[in-house]
Amino acid sequence: MARFPFSAIVGQDEMKLALLIAAVDPAIGGVMVFGDRGTGKSTAARALAALLPPIMVMEGCRFGCAPDESSACPGQCSASKPVKRSVPFVDLPLGATEDRVLGSLDLERALRTGEKVFEPGLLARAHRGFLYIDEINLLEDHLVDLLLDVAASGENVVEREGLSVRHRARFVLIGSGNPEEGELRPQLLDRFGLSVEVRTPRAIDDRVEIMRRCAAHDADSIGFGARWAEEDGSILQQIARGQRKLARMDVPDAVLLDAAQLCSAVGVDGLRGELTLMRASRAYAALKAAKTVRREHLLHVAPLALRHRLRRDVLDESGSTARIERAIAEQFA
Amino acid sequence: MTGALADALIAASLLARSPAALGGLCLRGGGPARDVVLDALHNLLPDPTPFRRLPGHIDDDRLSGGTDIAASLAAGTVVLQRGLLQDVRGGVLVVPMAERLRSDIAGRVAQAMDDGQGFVLVLLDDGTEADERPPPALMERITFDLRLDSVRAADLAVVLPDRVEPLASPSLDQEVLKALATIAEALGVTSMRPLLQAAAAACAHAALAGRGSTEMADVEAAARLVLASRATRLPPDPEAPPPAPPEDEAQESESHDDPEDGESLPELPEDLLIEAARAAIPPDVLNLIASGRATRSAHGGGAGRRARSGLRGKSLGARPGMPGGGARLALVDTLRAAIPWQPLRQREPVPIGAGPIRFRRDDLRVRRFEERSATVTVFSVDASGSAALSRLAEAKGAVELILAQAYVKRSEVALVAFRGEGAELLLPPTRSLTRAKRALGALPGGGGTPLADGIAMARQVADAVAARGRTPMLVFLTDGSANIAADRSRGRARAQDDAQRAARALAAAGYDAVVIDISPRPRPEAARLAQAMRARYLPLPLADAKALKTAVSLVSTPERTPSRPGA
Repeated sequence: MARFPFSAIVGQDEMKLALLIAAVDPAIGGVMVFGDRGTGKSTAARALAALLPPIMVMEGCRFGCAPDESSACPGQCSASKPVKRSVPFVDLPLGATEDRVLGSLDLERALRTGEKVFEPGLLARAHRGFLYIDEINLLEDHLVDLLLDVAASGENVVEREGLSVRHRARFVLIGSGNPEEGELRPQLLDRFGLSVEVRTPRAIDDRVEIMRRCAAHDADSIGFGARWAEEDGSILQQIARGQRKLARMDVPDAVLLDAAQLCSAVGVDGLRGELTLMRASRAYAALKAAKTVRREHLLHVAPLALRHRLRRDVLDESGSTARIERAIAEQFA
Repeated sequence: MTGALADALIAASLLARSPAALGGLCLRGGGPARDVVLDALHNLLPDPTPFRRLPGHIDDDRLSGGTDIAASLAAGTVVLQRGLLQDVRGGVLVVPMAERLRSDIAGRVAQAMDDGQGFVLVLLDDGTEADERPPPALMERITFDLRLDSVRAADLAVVLPDRVEPLASPSLDQEVLKALATIAEALGVTSMRPLLQAAAAACAHAALAGRGSTEMADVEAAARLVLASRATRLPPDPEAPPPAPPEDEAQESESHDDPEDGESLPELPEDLLIEAARAAIPPDVLNLIASGRATRSAHGGGAGRRARSGLRGKSLGARPGMPGGGARLALVDTLRAAIPWQPLRQREPVPIGAGPIRFRRDDLRVRRFEERSATVTVFSVDASGSAALSRLAEAKGAVELILAQAYVKRSEVALVAFRGEGAELLLPPTRSLTRAKRALGALPGGGGTPLADGIAMARQVADAVAARGRTPMLVFLTDGSANIAADRSRGRARAQDDAQRAARALAAAGYDAVVIDISPRPRPEAARLAQAMRARYLPLPLADAKALKTAVSLVSTPERTPSRPGA
């Protein structure tokens, strides 16, 4: 069955924006999605992965190497020829073990031929694509640590079981979770680039529309996809244009100053907030095909980039989005 | 025939009609009645349909397939085994004791369902408490959540529904979708999944009746079978005064930003349908709603969050043992153990199919891991008159500080309060600190001090926590001056005796505890209590922030326990 088209998703504007920004600039460092089950989080992420144009991969390479990366591949794939493959989307199951995530000694090969061969894990499979983790707040901390480390460095280093392997693992990390069932430690939250809050659409008409589209998709996924192909195509163009523009997009000093001011006004510790805010503004401006980054771009993405970094009194119930909006209203009125 | 069983049989028929869209069903309680439903499913599905049971102790290799390590080492070649999830393709996967299913297994099964592996999931739920439910990841993916506990033996003689030849898919018109969405809204079902499942169920219901399009009867069935069990609030009753809104902040804020709520509902033609759905809300869900605990995903993790060993955590090195059942082979260590014996073993006759290295069973090494077992801090707060007069506000402040610490460590908290006639569990173990704070804030003070009751209740909570493999940590905030005995009679001496007895019982159970003395001047009673409990004693002199800090750090000392594989 064909995937649900990205453009056919009803509502979820913030989530879609965050995903597009991450697609334009994967170095943004992952997206954390707060929200209930059944809000279409994984549908949106899967849809984006399916929308992106196929990538060139060395044939049979278990590390998903691009043609220009094969020289450093631990699997020695440089002899094979490049083939087209769709952008990988890896769904990390709750309760996955370190072995499955990192990769481990290939027992089969070790037993059969006595060779010491590394069996790549989910991180290698997600290379150049998306790694989606549902209920990341219920994942063990040491695994979350490890994932964020690899996501930030773009490289998976394995030193265990007598193996010493390093391979590229660049992916967009998408974590989701419902804060009512437990929260991520603030240190971990801070390492996510963007965060979004999703809700299910509440208006009856929107919900009816969702049911209608899902039923149509279930009945005839190919035909349904064809009906949305044009809109999907224009989103794809927007991403491609954004990626081209990103390299030449500069951030004027005035906008940098705005970013610093906003961060100190809402009380964001550390540099990471400011840097991500700047990156996200650049990517957003590139998506919008602007010539340069302007204050409106910055303000538009500020909640995405800062919401999860606010120094938070756990017992304070007022939402962080509201605090950012208040600060924006005060600073830039 | 009771309605519950009839409904379950209808659900089975719908499920057999469109298994892919409906996913599966959950049967709660009702032993023999469940067998009737399973038999019905057997009859309804074409022959031969594989029925497989998923035992709770299944390991990863058996579930998803992979190398059979023990057999491979013995044979010297790779022995592969097929996983249960492959075996059950196109069939029915039955999960007994689903409320105790581990979350990693649930995660695998959920993923297989998302990937369209094509099996029907039947969860058999033997839970008795409201929060003992199968893992939410699976509950979300099945359509029917049915209770069979009210079914009597006399009801079991039923005619099983017949298989119906598939018809063309009935059309779903806009009116039907709108009716379903309205009912879901009235019941507070926010997730989209149940709504999509309800639409599929309505469709299947129309197909069973041989109709070409869905109508209101199908909507009624879908609302009763699918949406009612997922209600998080009661729909506004047009005749009775509206029920007091539940104290759930999330729900409140939702109804605020929804102008349609309450105004337009009574005029809708769906009124009757909503009434029908309202009547079908199961009693345990009603209780949850009444206690304000029905969040949109109000299912406890059950046994899912139990500490597991042998699979995760910091590596501790290898030890002899058989792989499987969760323990993973440490290949390098196994080789290391086998190599020195090779010259000796080579002299023995060559077994058929032996590899270059001869292994024995006692060469096998498995990996060991250390993991931090989750801590649950159980607060037992003395809210009696004597405590309230002096220090209740400060005690609340102390608890909040400890809560903030717990937040950083992501441990869980539970809250017991005792005053007047007895003790009360204000908050079952939770990670939601917002809820903890709310429960604490709403705690009134005054009345006698049923200290023995408070200790006993805290112990019950601790027992339940320990039974789930987590480490309980008890914190008592009291001045130690009991004056209500365990049998609710007044009298200081009796009450003190009872409290001492309860405290000694707690010490015998071996739980870690701290007694924080909240009387204005430290008194011998609380110290004696701590002694009987073998707990740390901590007087909390007036408004001493430093002492509070000490209390916080004492209480939140992490518990590290090395895990034992196979334990």
